[in-house]
Amino acid sequence: MATIIGGIGTTHVPAIGSAIAKGLQQEAYWKPFFDGLKPAHAWLAANRPDAVVVIYNDHGLNFFLDKLPTFAVGAAAEYRHADEGWGLPVSRPFPGDPAFSWHLIESLVADEFDVTSCQEMLVDHAFTIPLALLWPGTDARPVITVPIEINTVQHPLPSPARCLKLGQAIGRAIASYARDMKVLVVGSGGLSHQLDGTRAGFINKEFDIMCLQQLVHQPEALTHYTIPQLVELAGSQGVELLNWIVMRGALTGEVSKIHSNYHIPISNTASALLVLNNRAVAPETEYRKVG
Amino acid sequence: MTNSQQIPGTTIFNGTEAEKGLALNKMCFSFNSADNRAEFLRDQDAYCAKFGLTAEQSAAVKARDVLAMIAAGGNVYYLAKLAGIFGLNVQDIGAQQTGMSVEAFKAKLKEARR
Repeated sequence: MATIIGGIGTTHVPAIGSAIAKGLQQEAYWKPFFDGLKPAHAWLAANRPDAVVVIYNDHGLNFFLDKLPTFAVGAAAEYRHADEGWGLPVSRPFPGDPAFSWHLIESLVADEFDVTSCQEMLVDHAFTIPLALLWPGTDARPVITVPIEINTVQHPLPSPARCLKLGQAIGRAIASYARDMKVLVVGSGGLSHQLDGTRAGFINKEFDIMCLQQLVHQPEALTHYTIPQLVELAGSQGVELLNWIVMRGALTGEVSKIHSNYHIPISNTASALLVLNNRAVAPETEYRKVG
Repeated sequence: MTNSQQIPGTTIFNGTEAEKGLALNKMCFSFNSADNRAEFLRDQDAYCAKFGLTAEQSAAVKARDVLAMIAAGGNVYYLAKLAGIFGLNVQDIGAQQTGMSVEAFKAKLKEARR
């Protein structure tokens, strides 16, 4: 059976892609951010996932407002990045696994999450940058991927409570896959930032730090916020926290924190990294607890 | 949530905004293509007309005025593609919207460390 080995939350600021392309990782501006990834690399090297499910939000590469799903799941053999319009280098394609994707889609719909399935799906920087950060410099990334896209642009957005439940359903879907493989779930984006309006540049360190703490053991604490409250506390684009909440929901075993990093600012954003280990709880153990 | 329940300096991009901004956002979405960016740069008015922008939207684009674009229904995910054509990144447009110099805007971001 497939097992969920852990979850990683990471910022996906486009400028990171340009910094990688220019090799700026050790420059003063970037060093605190890139050095913060080293424990994540060590954990990945020790745990070696076979597949990565990336929870992210499209910024107008694959989806437009003419037809905009709330939740979309990729079901392609390959996911391509493309020109996003403002000069980010185009990443090489990422391998998919349609059989795994369709299992996830069937399980999610059976679990009352009526997702949009996508046999063709361009993936934008919110998908490519986390993978570039977690597997730097590798031509062939050692994993198959499944993109799961969450609407964070067109209100109404799914609530934090709904996103945690989606994550739990994704967790059940992965754990019920018959193939033996180790799966990592990535939540992309955030933390607090706002690009638009006279409130542009808004960052909320106190709220971010609280979220990083609660995501480890008490993600339910974040489900009490409404979307307008999240916009107010995290900024218009800080609502990408939803992707992290979905990621955390998928970790259905015993969760422990391996590492976190928080650095202000990267571009307009409070950047963050959170590495969580998930120790699958065997069904027998669950029965014993009930008994 | 309606925009009558306002968060200061923030537009919630709801159905009303999306409906108002469709033509502008659709034009910006087209800028994922290099050919379309080149066509826009050759004749900006013609390109705005082709997408049916309102007078308010066209004027905002012409003035490169991000707050006016947002007031006309623009969403920053798509507007960023237009800003990119003009060589403006999110710090440049942050500075523009807050009426600060880019250096002052960057300093404000650093201040959030405290």
